[in-house]
Amino acid sequence: MSALADPNAAREHARAMGGTIVEAMPILPPRADDIPPGVAPDDLVWEETIAAGGYASRTLSRGTRLRLIDLRGDACASLLLFNAAMPTERLNIADTVKVQWDAYPSTGSLLLSDMGRVLASIEQDSATTHDAFCGASNEASNRRHYGDGSNSGAYPNARDRLSLGAAKHGLGRRDVHPCINLFKGVRIGADGAVTAQLGPFGPGRSVVLRAEMNLIVVIANCPHVLDQRPWSVTPLRATAWRGPVTPADDPIRNATPERLRAFLNTEDLYRS
Amino acid sequence: MNSSSYFDGLSGEVIHDETVPARAPWIHRLKTGETLRIIDLEGNQAVDFLLYATADDAERYSAQDTIAAQANIFLRTGSVLLSNEGWPMMTITGTSVDYHDTIGGACSCESNSLRYGHHTKAQHSCVDNFLEANLRDGRGKRDIVSNVNFFMNVPVEPDGALGIVDGISAPGLTVDLRAEMDVTVVVSNCPQINNPCNGFNPTPVRMIVTA
Repeated sequence: MSALADPNAAREHARAMGGTIVEAMPILPPRADDIPPGVAPDDLVWEETIAAGGYASRTLSRGTRLRLIDLRGDACASLLLFNAAMPTERLNIADTVKVQWDAYPSTGSLLLSDMGRVLASIEQDSATTHDAFCGASNEASNRRHYGDGSNSGAYPNARDRLSLGAAKHGLGRRDVHPCINLFKGVRIGADGAVTAQLGPFGPGRSVVLRAEMNLIVVIANCPHVLDQRPWSVTPLRATAWRGPVTPADDPIRNATPERLRAFLNTEDLYRS
Repeated sequence: MNSSSYFDGLSGEVIHDETVPARAPWIHRLKTGETLRIIDLEGNQAVDFLLYATADDAERYSAQDTIAAQANIFLRTGSVLLSNEGWPMMTITGTSVDYHDTIGGACSCESNSLRYGHHTKAQHSCVDNFLEANLRDGRGKRDIVSNVNFFMNVPVEPDGALGIVDGISAPGLTVDLRAEMDVTVVVSNCPQINNPCNGFNPTPVRMIVTA
């Protein structure tokens, strides 16, 4: 007879796990010893290390800063963004590159919705290798590369990870829209050829996003779809803290006429 | 080009032949193995193009999967249009244009307000065409994703500068697509008048389907 044959023993066994610390886990309440000067510890809203091959999703309010850190240089943060109040509004990656006349989002770039509004600004970027073109791996592509791509196996794919994260906010397969991959980059040649920048990079590269709307954020951390190496991905750290809504004199807001109009459209949404 | 040459190189029987007016939406279902020829009748007319798997329209064209699989942003003869789940939906079996775009997306009233100013709000747009066609077929805004733009030219410069520039198509040029699964084709014959994608003059296109 097992030592866990009765509920009391099973409860003791389960409770004995409490307090276990692993690398990839959320910290509740959030705690971080490296938040920027001027940010009060009480303003932390999220501290989590997302597993290699893992995912996370949560809502963030307007003004919140989300810092993503590629802890060991081989993370790939595939990102979906939705307007939390009306998730049919979501990141439009084609508008993001077309409206800003720029294939390579980095510091100062906006992540635009399909409604002509700015979901988030890239406030800081020490990585500069990001990918607006190749999207998420899927079950079929992972099966080709790794022999398996299922959520239940060793090589989960980014699309199915994003689907799970989106589903936890009531969203479905139709809502897993074209994404942006942070930390893994591409460059486009004159003949249209896509060259991937896969690293691995040095540890600790980071991106800080500023939520310009109330958001649902979904992140998958799986190898980039063009990564031909054996399965290789490292944990991704997410830290978020409350911050002020972007003021009228903000330099990112006013950098170009297109960006200013995106902010005007966004501010109009919240005008009541 | 005389109109009979529009059929050159097509095999099989013509089962559908329709001219889509300037600025209009179009929706059509193709069975596996059927071929769609799109003819740029007057030249440099962007044809915004989406695909849905007819059997399960949560599966749809994915520009990103298509780009990743061929490691190139341009669509040319031989390009396979992949779904968001990685399956072939259509293959470009031939085209008389050097390449077509799939990074520029579709114009909308909202993106026009960013690109050109709020004075363009009342102008017609591709997203409104996509919405109209999809709404009648049981889909909605969630179903609009990054599309193909046949006959449209969006280069990327070494510094990352990207934009819709003068077209590389011409009157009578074509693209042929073979359905690799049963697909629902949704088109916006682009009404944009603020950039060179239609030569500032939206014109009709012709759709010929053979089986």
